Amino acid sequence: MLILECPYCGVMADETDLHGGGEAHLKRFGPGSSDDDFETYLFHRANPKGVHFERWRHVSGCGKWFHAARNTMTLEVYGTYSAQTYEPPKAIINAVKKKHPEWEGYE
Amino acid sequence: MRRYSAFAIAREAARYHQGWERAWASPKPKKKYDVVIVGAGGHGLATAFYLGKNFGITNVAIIEKGWLGGGNTGRNTTIIRSNYLQDPSAAIYEKARSLYETMSQDLNYNVMFSPRGVMMLAQTESEVRGFIRTAHANALQGVKTEFISPQRVKELVPIMNIDGPRYPVLGALWQDRAGTARHDAVAWGYARACSDMGMDIIQKCEVTGVRQSGDKVTGVDTTQGQIDCDKLAMVVAGNASHLADMAGFRLPMESVALQALVSEPIKPCIDVVVMANTVHGYMSQSDKGELVIGGGTDGYNNYTQRGSFHHIEETVRALVETFPIISRLKMLRQWGGIVDVTGDRSPIIGKTPLGNCFINCGWGTGGFKSIPGSGWAMAETVAKGEPGALAGAFGLNRFTEGRFIDESVAAGVAH
Repeated sequence: MLILECPYCGVMADETDLHGGGEAHLKRFGPGSSDDDFETYLFHRANPKGVHFERWRHVSGCGKWFHAARNTMTLEVYGTYSAQTYEPPKAIINAVKKKHPEWEGYE
Repeated sequence: MRRYSAFAIAREAARYHQGWERAWASPKPKKKYDVVIVGAGGHGLATAFYLGKNFGITNVAIIEKGWLGGGNTGRNTTIIRSNYLQDPSAAIYEKARSLYETMSQDLNYNVMFSPRGVMMLAQTESEVRGFIRTAHANALQGVKTEFISPQRVKELVPIMNIDGPRYPVLGALWQDRAGTARHDAVAWGYARACSDMGMDIIQKCEVTGVRQSGDKVTGVDTTQGQIDCDKLAMVVAGNASHLADMAGFRLPMESVALQALVSEPIKPCIDVVVMANTVHGYMSQSDKGELVIGGGTDGYNNYTQRGSFHHIEETVRALVETFPIISRLKMLRQWGGIVDVTGDRSPIIGKTPLGNCFINCGWGTGGFKSIPGSGWAMAETVAKGEPGALAGAFGLNRFTEGRFIDESVAAGVAH
């Protein structure tokens, strides 16, 4: 079972206590944006084979949204971090790079 | 190709079965083909078959990274139905269902299509309303379905507990010409027919790159070398985003795990397919006697072909309540497959940003039932360069234009 540490309440939460929220750090587009930008924001997803940054919500716990870095090929978790950020923090990037030196990095 | 028949069995029996030939050839790839299809699952093979049969295009290679039909074609719960709410879905799924009716004859290969009937239980008031609406929509679409009473459900499936406390059966959407087929046989039958038309089925050949010149595809790099093509058709499940990434465009989809399991074999006790969308469980009995059970998808991206145990628990818990007699059954096997789920839970068939590259993907949790219809529509798209009537509504541009085919709302769940 997938277990993620909630960065807010510190609980090691089982997957049954969590709700996945899809790809993290999407660049948001609103009214007035071009059709292409709007489509990209609403529907296009990176869906990588490998390192994936995603949103999770600790629904059966503190209720807070947070971010996680996870591998979709191995299911290993590199770490979780606050939702109040536009990109993954250095520590998470380093944790991924340590495991996968060949990883191309966060776009 | 030697035809399979009762006479062939007698002939081979008389000579100790020495004369059976290989069902399909396994050639080395040629330098160039008119059409290269990536993915030798049901959809890819069906696309190839109808390219040959309907359009006479036979200089075709179907390349597959694993083995033929070893992806989701060999992992699904084999349900075939066409009781969809939206018109474009009903059209393509009904085309597929009708092609399944004659597939064994068309391919000279027994795909064991069994139109035993599919029943979708209504277990909440909103489901009752939804299914009555679907039944009306199906009547207009020319798809024969009906909404049946709990008593009729009980007559059809005596082992069902229709007045469970949590999930009482309030009725069901019933399609009597829906059913199941042997999933491997569908892939094998198409493969044999394609090979007979002179097409090359190349297994253990993974695409590693998509060669381009301008906004055209010129070929693919594979683990068996470079293969050039005039047209490229991407017909993969579970890896469509990955393949699109190689070609330089993104798709509106995410890949998640979907699981299924089978019980130990028991004597015949249920002769229809039962689906319960509210509780994410569906069940039928195979010819071997095993109960074939499917559940819901996991809620996060995953490429590992294994899913979360708690989803199986939820599915089995709900099914045990609906079918109390299965509570002592042991489960023999459990497995997962990776399904590509789009924003509106409907597939994508059509053109890509690259002129001579076409895509057929995103069938989500409902790919098996659509194999012949999907192949039919995709073959037309590839042959003519433009999607025809069946595929038209399923283009990638529907996301820009807001023309969704929203079956997730119609079904309430993945479908």
